[in-house]
Formats: sequence, C-alpha cells, structure tokens
Amino acid sequence: MSEQKKVYFHTIREKWCKGCGICVAYCPKKVLELKDGKVVAARAEDCIGCHACELRCPDFAIEIHEASGERKHEAEHVDFALPPEAHHA
Amino acid sequence: MSEFLSYFRQDRLPHIWCPGCGHGTVTGALVRAIDRLGLDKNKVCVVSGIGCSSRAVGYLDFDTLHTAHGRALAFATGIKMARPDLKVIVMTGDGDCTAIGGNHFIHAARRNIGITTIVMNNETYGMTSGQFSPMTPKGMLGTTAPYGNVERSFDLCELAKAAGATYVGRSTSYHVPLLIDLIEKALQNDGFSVVEAVTQCPTYLGRKNKLGDAVQLLNWIKDQAVNVKAAAVMPKEKLEGKFLIGELHNGPAPEYSAEYGELIARVQRSFENVKGGLWECASNSD
Ligand SMILES: Cc1ncc(C[n+]2csc(CCOP(=O)(O)OP(=O)(O)O)c2C)c(N)n1
Ligand code: SF4
Ligand code: SF4
Ligand code: SF4
Repeated sequence: MSEQKKVYFHTIREKWCKGCGICVAYCPKKVLELKDGKVVAARAEDCIGCHACELRCPDFAIEIHEASGERKHEAEHVDFALPPEAHHA
Repeated sequence: MSEFLSYFRQDRLPHIWCPGCGHGTVTGALVRAIDRLGLDKNKVCVVSGIGCSSRAVGYLDFDTLHTAHGRALAFATGIKMARPDLKVIVMTGDGDCTAIGGNHFIHAARRNIGITTIVMNNETYGMTSGQFSPMTPKGMLGTTAPYGNVERSFDLCELAKAAGATYVGRSTSYHVPLLIDLIEKALQNDGFSVVEAVTQCPTYLGRKNKLGDAVQLLNWIKDQAVNVKAAAVMPKEKLEGKFLIGELHNGPAPEYSAEYGELIARVQRSFENVKGGLWECASNSD
C-alpha cells in the first residue's frame, strides 16, 4: 500500500496567544495565519508536523499533534480558554 | 492536556512578557530538556534574580526561588551545598548575570559547582526600559546610550570558560532544537554549566534600535549566528560581527559540593580515634 499522508491537528490556546506572528512567519508550509490578533491554522491540511511553530512560540499557545483519522478533531472539543482552576471546580 | 504543560503553574499563565519576547521560548526549551531527561520534579530547584528573564521561575512548577538582583547564583550555591542531591538551575538575564551578578558568576564557574545557568541574553536591561548592559554590542542604542554604546561587550561563553565552567554552549531563541540539546547536555554535566540563549526584546532593544518587530529581530539574531562547526572552516573575515552557536566547551572536572562533602567526611574520619570524637575536640580547642 502506498504511504498515507500524515494528518496533524493544531491545539491552539487562544487565550495565551499574543499574536506576535513568530509561528506564522517561520511556518515552512504557510499553514498559519493571524486573525483578529490570534493565530489560526488556516491550511491545517498542509501541515508537515515540523513543530517549528510550537518550539518558537513564546507563549506555549500552539501545539501540534499527529492525528489518527478519528482523533483528528479532538482539539476542537477542549476549551483551553478556561482557566485550569475551572476544571477542578 | 499536553504533558509539557505539567511543568508549568498554569494558573499563572498567560505570562507577563510582551508579545514576541523570547524569554518564553527559552523557558519552553528548558522544560522540554527537563522532560527529555525525565528528571524528578521534586528534585529540581530553579533559582532566579531580578529582571524580565528572572520572572521565568514564577511560571515553573518546581521548587523555585526568585531572589535579589544579581544574586541568583549566591542563593543557588547555598542550595547546592545544603542539598547536593538536587538539580539546581539558575535562570538569569544578561544584566542580572554579567553586571551586578558578575562576581558571583565567575566564582561559581571557578569552583565548578553543580549548577546549570541559563542566561537569557537580550543584550539589554528589559525590565527597567532598555539601558545598555555589559552584553550590549558596541554602537547600539539604549536609554543610557542615546548616541550609541561606547563600551565593548562581554563574550559570556569565553568568560565562563576562562573562569572554569566545565560545560559551555550558546544558542538562540530562533535555533530552538539546538537550545534544547545544549540545555539537556548542560543538565547532565556534573559541574558548572552555562548555556547562553540569545533572545529578543522587541519592546526595548528592538524599538530603540529600529530593528523592527519580534520576527525581524529574530531574523537579525539568526543572521549573526554561525554554528561552531561551520565557523571552523570559514575565513576569519566572514566571522566579523557574528557569534558562535553550539557546544563551545566540554571539559569535565571534579564538582565542588561533592569535593566539599568528601573533605567533611575525611576530617570527620580523622577524628574518629580521638577520645570524645570531633565534637569534644572542637569544644576544647582555643
Ligand atoms: C539592587 C538592584 N539594582 C537595580 C535594580 C533595577 N533592575 C531591575 S531589573 C534590572 C536589569 C535586568 O536586566 P536583565 O538581567 O538583562 O533582564 P531582562 O529584564 O533584560 O530580561 C535592573 C537594573 C534592582 N531591582 N535591584
Ligand atoms: S508544524 Fe510546521 S508545518 Fe505545521 S503549522 Fe507548525 S510550523 Fe507549520
Ligand atoms: S508564536 Fe505563539 S503567541 Fe505568537 S502568534 Fe504564534 S501562537 Fe500566538
Ligand atoms: S521588556 Fe523586553 S525583555 Fe521585558 S518582557 Fe518586554 S520584550 Fe521581554
């Protein structure tokens, strides 16, 4: 079988992102964009999972995970805007 | 949630640093190096002085100490001597480490005490609004150098090596994988280790020198960095205005707290055959 293209999903902690644009500028595949001062994965399907964005982000606001088919959208269900205390309430 | 975040006091985030400030990137690199080594969280103590960079410890979920300006290494020395079993890490800025804390730095290096020092070098005093530091390159502008800095700057890695540090490396907030590797190796060195992380202060250094935003400042840093392996085959004139990155020194030597521990044990042994032991002897001496 031919090798399947790997799929990546982006965990973005919007509340922590300060819109500095570092991840956007250095993404080799131009996956990321700034929208209203926050990063968005505008072309997530082009991501090659190099982690350049994640490593350089000064605000721990973006993370890349390899997704196996059904886990692909997991990130969307996690509300990182909630403060951690809220999870213990 | 990601395991990476478990090293942070998440209720303190987002951090206070300006948008695009490199201090967060360096802090992230430290955490990744610690994670790779699988260090026991309860055996790590992170110490800092004063400065934007020194605020890093407030976000890290280890035992941490935020001390006085320039004195991180003095406090860290005390911790290491009292508890040699701990991994002691110092996070400091170029001002904190090389100006007010310069003496502590050279003597910690001379003793080869088991402390890993990470110097977040943004070439300025960020917290107090952009005065020049001993690591501001000659000619650059600052609040206290409105017509350009006249002083020559330190090469911190050369200084560390000459003073006796046994592991020395330099990277930048652009070259993050290298930075993580260097911190990982520095943490494994049993002795005084220094990792200089050249990083960006867009708010003061960048603005005062019209170097642009965080990305342009990072490009400016990237363009000055030359890997030490590449530099070995480059003609000297091509290295003008550049700095070296990579592992710059690795020369293991006996570690101070261990040697001190041995000394104590030796002295105690020498009193074993004395009547009344060490305590009696000490109380009877003049
Ligand atoms: C004894 C003392 N002197 C001076 C100060 C003022 N001060 C606070 S931070 C700082 C410089 C910090 O520069 P650096 O270590 O390079 O850190 P940065 O803010 O650039 O990350 C100075 C001079 C102080 N807090 N305490
Ligand atoms: S992992 Fe690499 S390719 Fe994917 S978004 Fe981040 S920088 Fe771009
Ligand atoms: S690098 Fe981090 S803080 Fe900056 S825009 Fe990207 S995600 Fe946001
Ligand atoms: S003043 Fe400079 S060093 Fe301090 S947080 Fe802002 S960008 Fe970072």
